[in-house]
Amino acid sequence: MQYPSQKEIERLEKKAKHIRHLIIQMLAKAGSGHPGGSLSATDLLTCLYFGHFPSGDPIFRYDPKNPSWPDRDRFHLSKGHCCPLWYALLAEAGYFPLKELDTLRRLGSILQGHPDRRTPGVEVASGSLGQGLSVALGMSLAAKIDKKNYRVYVLMGDGEIQEGNIWEAAMACAHYRCDNITAILDYNRYQIDGRVDEIMNLEPIVEKWKAFGWYVLEIDGHNLYQILDAYYAAVQIKEKPQIIIAHTIKGKGVSFMENIVDFHGRVPTKEEAERALKELE
Amino acid sequence: MAEWLYQRDIYGKTLVELGRENKNIVVLDADLSSSTRTCFFAKEFPERFFNFGVAEQNMMATAGGLASCGKIVFVSTFAMFATGRAWDQVRNTVCYNNFNIKIVASHAGITVGPDGSSHQALEDIALMRAIPNMKIIVPCDGLQTAEAVRAAADTPGPFYIRLGRSKFPTLENRKEFIFGKAQILREGNDISIIACGLLVHTALTAASWLAQKNIQAKVINIHTIKPLDEELIIDSAKNTKGIVVCEEHSVIGGLACAVEDVLCEKYPVHIKKIGIRNRFGQSAEAEDLLREYDLQAEDIAKAAEELFYR
Repeated sequence: MQYPSQKEIERLEKKAKHIRHLIIQMLAKAGSGHPGGSLSATDLLTCLYFGHFPSGDPIFRYDPKNPSWPDRDRFHLSKGHCCPLWYALLAEAGYFPLKELDTLRRLGSILQGHPDRRTPGVEVASGSLGQGLSVALGMSLAAKIDKKNYRVYVLMGDGEIQEGNIWEAAMACAHYRCDNITAILDYNRYQIDGRVDEIMNLEPIVEKWKAFGWYVLEIDGHNLYQILDAYYAAVQIKEKPQIIIAHTIKGKGVSFMENIVDFHGRVPTKEEAERALKELE
Repeated sequence: MAEWLYQRDIYGKTLVELGRENKNIVVLDADLSSSTRTCFFAKEFPERFFNFGVAEQNMMATAGGLASCGKIVFVSTFAMFATGRAWDQVRNTVCYNNFNIKIVASHAGITVGPDGSSHQALEDIALMRAIPNMKIIVPCDGLQTAEAVRAAADTPGPFYIRLGRSKFPTLENRKEFIFGKAQILREGNDISIIACGLLVHTALTAASWLAQKNIQAKVINIHTIKPLDEELIIDSAKNTKGIVVCEEHSVIGGLACAVEDVLCEKYPVHIKKIGIRNRFGQSAEAEDLLREYDLQAEDIAKAAEELFYR
């Protein structure tokens, strides 16, 4: 049987569209937040949370009814500002009711402006960039100590990996042969101040990660076939941590937000949100 | 004569004991395990010890990942790097998550000596004290180091334990260690001397000199800087003519400021500070630095006398 099936791809495409819909709705209501990088990573994380391996097993093993299940796979959002995406996924997965999304960034909400452990499904807070790969490393080492076979996934932003802490962690993940870590890089090529290659060039990015001892997979981060294949390829790598360098489009899925740097940290106006939601119906 | 011990030797030995008692204890270091003595633990429990090389930020944030999986994580390096280099990681990953992470840093204070200013952490208490959830212990000698480390292991949440580089004299008059409760080491009704770390012993010397001049000083070892034993501080303010606060740390943001914070709101009294006055350190033997920076028993006694006769 062909993997992934056309039916599976269609299901995930529909799910990703719905997640994008939730992101726009929640950000428009909150009045502030980060749409661009949430939309660029939507396909990557929708496939993680809702996709399957050829065996039919879920890629990401979790139980929303028991968020602290000891054998669960771990996910950490190192680029914490893109939490609207994570919140939409967690609500859709059943960690908390969808109506909570309306409370994003409000006083007393379980949904803070950056990830926080008060949100069911969030393992470790983030927001200050550059620390998440280390957090993933800690989770990975805990699995080694406890002889558990859970996996650790971590999503990083491209601007984020300008932080020195990321490279300290990159070195250590390889040193400790953390083959249970799969990092995902959302390479949408924009950061707050402009184009990544103009602000602080990351290239040659594949060579950098390889030189640091990582197994590198380079994909189109909006091609669901490639995304599913990459997750499947990653889990079969031994002795090395893996990174999926995903070429993405900032603001992907809403025509007038794509590749517009302004939408890194600006939410759509009421009219823009209506237009965007129409496109995502 | 008092026995002189390295606090870090006791720390290293205590960690090994804790490691035997609790398999959830994990220890991290950043290329200073032979100095901080976490190497003792590394030798006995190599599968629960991780060296990160010269990369403190990564070490601190990695502690967060381990703690999120239920580990009790001890993190060690020099005080300068634990609190300075990795401050953002301590704030946002360790303390904001309220993780079970114990930062035990050695080589704090001016008595680091010949290595000079770059290695003499004089602001570390200030940096750690400002962060919510963080608890701080500054043990006064080797034996108290064991008590502090055990208290941190048994108490949930983040801790900062501050250790010195040099040997510290062991106090002879031992009191029960209770986390958060200061110890009255000498009674007196004229002046209160509140001290932490190495300067507790110095304060006791100053108090015996003062007694010869008929000034009875109460000496308090305030090993727990956060949460502070406010009750005892207020009581001392009420019952003596003034307070001298002594620390091997900057007078900005450390123990003296913590004491002031309590008293200026609840019972204002005259305070004199023995500490480093808005200066960097420099290279010299520890004893010479204690003299140069006015951290000797003479300085404490003089401050106490000034308060008493004012």
